[in-house]
Amino acid sequence: MLLPLQSGKASPLSSPTDSSAEATPRQDAMREQLLSDISACLGSALVQSHINVGNDLCVRVATDAWATSAAALKTSLGFDYFCFLSAIDWLPSPFGKGEEDPTAEAVERDTEIKQGLAGGETRMQVFARIVNHRTHVGITLKTDVPDATPVVPSWVSVFTGANWHEREAHEMFGISFAGHPDLRNMYLPTDFEGHPLRKDFPLLARMVKPWPGIVDVEPLPGGGDEDDAEGSAE
Amino acid sequence: MTIIGDRQQLAYIASQAADARVNVELETEGMTLNIGPQHPATHGTLRIIARLDGEQVLWAEPSCGYMHRGYEKLTEVRTFPQVTALVNRIDWLGSFANEVPFILAAEQLMEIEAPPRAQWIRTILFELSRIANVSLFLGDLGVQLGAITPVFFAFRDREYVLNLIEGATGGRFHPNFDRIGGLKDDLPAGWVDETRAVMKKMRKFCDEIENLLFGNEIFESRTRGIGVIPRDVALQYGMSGANLRASGVDWDLRRDQSLPMAWDKVDWKVWTHLDGDSYARCWVRLQETRESTFIVERLLDTLPSGPVMTKVPRIIKVPAGEAWVSTENPLGEMGYYVVSKGDLGPFRVKIRSASFNNISIVPWLLKGVYVPDIITILASLYFILGDIDR
Repeated sequence: MLLPLQSGKASPLSSPTDSSAEATPRQDAMREQLLSDISACLGSALVQSHINVGNDLCVRVATDAWATSAAALKTSLGFDYFCFLSAIDWLPSPFGKGEEDPTAEAVERDTEIKQGLAGGETRMQVFARIVNHRTHVGITLKTDVPDATPVVPSWVSVFTGANWHEREAHEMFGISFAGHPDLRNMYLPTDFEGHPLRKDFPLLARMVKPWPGIVDVEPLPGGGDEDDAEGSAE
Repeated sequence: MTIIGDRQQLAYIASQAADARVNVELETEGMTLNIGPQHPATHGTLRIIARLDGEQVLWAEPSCGYMHRGYEKLTEVRTFPQVTALVNRIDWLGSFANEVPFILAAEQLMEIEAPPRAQWIRTILFELSRIANVSLFLGDLGVQLGAITPVFFAFRDREYVLNLIEGATGGRFHPNFDRIGGLKDDLPAGWVDETRAVMKKMRKFCDEIENLLFGNEIFESRTRGIGVIPRDVALQYGMSGANLRASGVDWDLRRDQSLPMAWDKVDWKVWTHLDGDSYARCWVRLQETRESTFIVERLLDTLPSGPVMTKVPRIIKVPAGEAWVSTENPLGEMGYYVVSKGDLGPFRVKIRSASFNNISIVPWLLKGVYVPDIITILASLYFILGDIDR
């Protein structure tokens, strides 16, 4: 985020899943340099990377090397500030946004799992952000969570502050962190069943009552084309 | 400064030695003290479970979740413009500041930027949220130590700032004023002059608090050398905002990253303190509040004219991608990791709130302190419950 956004009419966003072919001519020399430093530091642990020009660098590392690469980046490249750790479930929600008419026929939903920046092979990914507090440059680290046994190495021995974040990811996504001292629930009761932030966990409030905001996207009386229909902003 | 430094170091060593010592010296039966969830010293429903040996804390563990509202899940069933109404309620004392990073993340994905006047007004309202938020902290600080007067001053003077926010946005606590591409409205007539007058009042309030509290002997002896956080520990736990700067880390996201906001257009100062104790955290916040009033004044001097809204489609679809934007909120670094799949709503929003990280240090920090110091340490860390639980 150190480099200013290159002004004015930026070219359209390239495909976010495509990390190799950057269609735009925009350059981010600082992050490219950083990426080569990181790949020298991590070696084969680095699986894939993506530079979000001018904004962010996203690096995916091997699951086994999740904790060791964080330690390596911390000691050799000075990424000593722990920002956050969380997870993403890439499964498209089987419930949609809960805005459909419950009496109508069920709609066919997309079930293809498509990972975001820096790719991936599994349904769930753990991602975290660490920052070099001297240069103020941060990177997003990602790793795949094996589908069969959702366990990744814990960061607690590297960044003590990851403790609570991993507890949160554990209860919200059902991901275990090998080496975490105490994976108690943070928010939910101990006997709660299910993992609320997984996409296949229904948001019950939406199941029992249709969302009233649905009227917001109805077109204005006498409205023109689709883009002129009532937006939900106001 | 050097004298304080030595005292500081000794106090830190003493507090580290304390939990080792109490176990060895005498075999006593410990006691578990349950503070909260409803307790005047915890600003909301934070529950602290402390294991005591006499007056000393052996270990303490905050128990969160009494105010968990599941915003990360709820954002997945909202459209992008609707999310601001939710995130307003995260840090409810500085609501407008919560909206800004989310809107900036959405704008980053859409590759649009708000017009200059909107950027300026956003920054001004952001700083007003900070003043409203932190002035309450400064008043509340006295209450934790048994001084009642400062909190009356704080509520009195915060009112002026809330009136300004209400005047511009229509909402005192939950403005919901920021839009993708700009702001809902321009400033009302006369608002600029009124703001200048209020900023003078707020500086007077800061002086008052400084005279009342910071020169006070009781305040000093209750906060100096108490709850010391060394800088490497602060970094590991992801402390941010004044808590980090009070540990000697010169890092302010308003200055150190380039966002389409107006902080870099005016001259101001980042305040740090080397001590890392409760006093330093309070002192840094006081200076920052005063600095914020200058930022607002200087921004008002250079306020550009023009539109406050850029052209955006009425139905906002955000292109697929991932964006991370964080800003220096009143409580610390607040950021959103927004994943969009090209729909009307976000696919996943990770809300990185400042208080969650700031409070996660509590089990480490409270080891070996005395029971009355729990209150001052918690107060000086400054958290908002909604910002921990989200």
